[in-house]
Amino acid sequence: MTGPVRLAGLTLASPVLVASGCGGTGRELAGYAPLSTYGAFVTRTITLTARPGGPAPRVLESPAGLLHATGLPNPGLTAFCATELPALVQAGARVVVSVAGESVAEVAEVVSGLARTSGVSAVELALSLPDAEVAGVRTPREPFATTRLVEAAVAQLPPGVPLLAKIWPDPVRAPEHARAAVEGGAAAVVVGGAQPAAFPDGRHAGLSGPAVAPLALRAVAEVVKSLDLAGLRADVVGCGGIATVADARAHLDAGAVAVAVGSALLTDPTAAARIAEGLAVPERPAPEKPAPEHAAPEHVAPEQAEHPAPEHRTQEDPA
Amino acid sequence: MSPEPTRPAGPVHVLAEVLAGKRIGAFSHLTLAAPGVGERHRPGSFVAVSVGAPGERTRLARRAFWIHQVRALGGHAATVSLVVDPVGPGSRWLAGLSRGDRVEVTGPLGGRAFALPKEPVPVVLVGEGAHSAPLFALAERLRERDCPVHLLLGAADEAHLLSALEARRIARTVTVATLDGSVGVKGPTAALLPDVLRRSGAAVVYAAGPVPLLHAVARAAEDHGAWSQVALGVPTPCATGLCHGCPVPVVGEDGVGRTVRACAEGPVLRGDRVRWDDLSVPGDAS
Repeated sequence: MTGPVRLAGLTLASPVLVASGCGGTGRELAGYAPLSTYGAFVTRTITLTARPGGPAPRVLESPAGLLHATGLPNPGLTAFCATELPALVQAGARVVVSVAGESVAEVAEVVSGLARTSGVSAVELALSLPDAEVAGVRTPREPFATTRLVEAAVAQLPPGVPLLAKIWPDPVRAPEHARAAVEGGAAAVVVGGAQPAAFPDGRHAGLSGPAVAPLALRAVAEVVKSLDLAGLRADVVGCGGIATVADARAHLDAGAVAVAVGSALLTDPTAAARIAEGLAVPERPAPEKPAPEHAAPEHVAPEQAEHPAPEHRTQEDPA
Repeated sequence: MSPEPTRPAGPVHVLAEVLAGKRIGAFSHLTLAAPGVGERHRPGSFVAVSVGAPGERTRLARRAFWIHQVRALGGHAATVSLVVDPVGPGSRWLAGLSRGDRVEVTGPLGGRAFALPKEPVPVVLVGEGAHSAPLFALAERLRERDCPVHLLLGAADEAHLLSALEARRIARTVTVATLDGSVGVKGPTAALLPDVLRRSGAAVVYAAGPVPLLHAVARAAEDHGAWSQVALGVPTPCATGLCHGCPVPVVGEDGVGRTVRACAEGPVLRGDRVRWDDLSVPGDAS
């Protein structure tokens, strides 16, 4: 049973967050479930000045995934604070603002602007934007650069407004970036978002969706272990291809205190609310504690019976 | 020419049941029981379909379809019918569904549907292929307002021409163009526009179809001195406004260029507001 959770010193109604860039302006998502349903609404990434976004195609399907490179369309800091932020707060959302910038100074300027605005529960620093080079924003490849950006952002924030660092989801390098972010003052790390990828024409893009879910889960586990070994205290938010209650539970079991649901919303705008609801009810108790050697088969069999494998071939159209 | 007031309530996401699937020409006509979708429909609104069953899904972009007709059927107050052109893996999957199958549907979608004129002015409705689907419900609404309705329907061939017979029932005149000349005038739809606009004396041109046709409509309407409202048939990866994946360059009322989302700020836009030359059309993942 998962009720309210503590994340980076905040008490959130649910461990399920709406991931950055997958909730529109909030207004579009609010029609399917109240925004208060979610632990937090992470905004699309906000930059100092307005950006129109990149050319089409911005989002393409790939096997079990979505490739995306939006070019960070957003109204800019001032317009965001004047229009979208108040609307989100009024709609009942806990707002986490995702930010990026072209330089350390610009990141600090955006965060400083947010720090002076009410309604911001936390700031998420986007350190792993897969189309960053094209969008012209700074994403660190080396841990020292992660620390530097995080320090610059944290310095602008008042006490009580934590910084979440969204780091590269590479399972091998995520731990060092996570430690670097926490050493820089991040209260939480967000692990496992879009993998760096490319559109068929070679343009930089991020890959999201179930295709990346196993990578994300590994990255989360590695980060949790690594922070623990280093004696660093920070919360971990898992994300990347989470589409079902079972996916979310796997991240929580791996040590994440919360999960962010993103691309699943693009296929089913009720996905995050469904997962939040699913996590809020107790897990079906096992009939009895099985002997270890029987644990897997007994647990798996009834699940499979409920969802018989589909006969895909009958769906194929000969045309 | 003010836009209609915003719709009474937002879209819903439901597991719809296929009530009927009928092959007519090249298209598959699907009738869905999708509670809450048909009730809120206005001409020009659309639905997004998720391809495949939840949990087994590997195609994640959504497929958008115009709402063709809404009618009461077998105990369902407002069934929704879609016209599916089976050209890609997603649309082929959908076209292959039969009675009793289930499909996840979100709708009715779109921030702006077709706006109806206040006066009973002559109107021309232009559509191509399966994209003509929203024009029939629109024609009914315009007729209720005593607008003389003239239809221009185009297609590659007769098999891809949507409901020409139905069209004759609801429109004062119907003009048909096919690329291969199998029915109607041989040639592209856009070639007939100037003549149809002149003959009808249209004050408003409504169009639904691929971008090149809509561009031609916007130009022809401007030459003729008519308003144009175009329903954009562009790929919408999420269709709900969440992903910012369907950018359309426009000129705002303030004269400033900006980029809007086809799904959330459209799908119906004024033809003279779209910056057509900047609108790139990616391949459709249909």
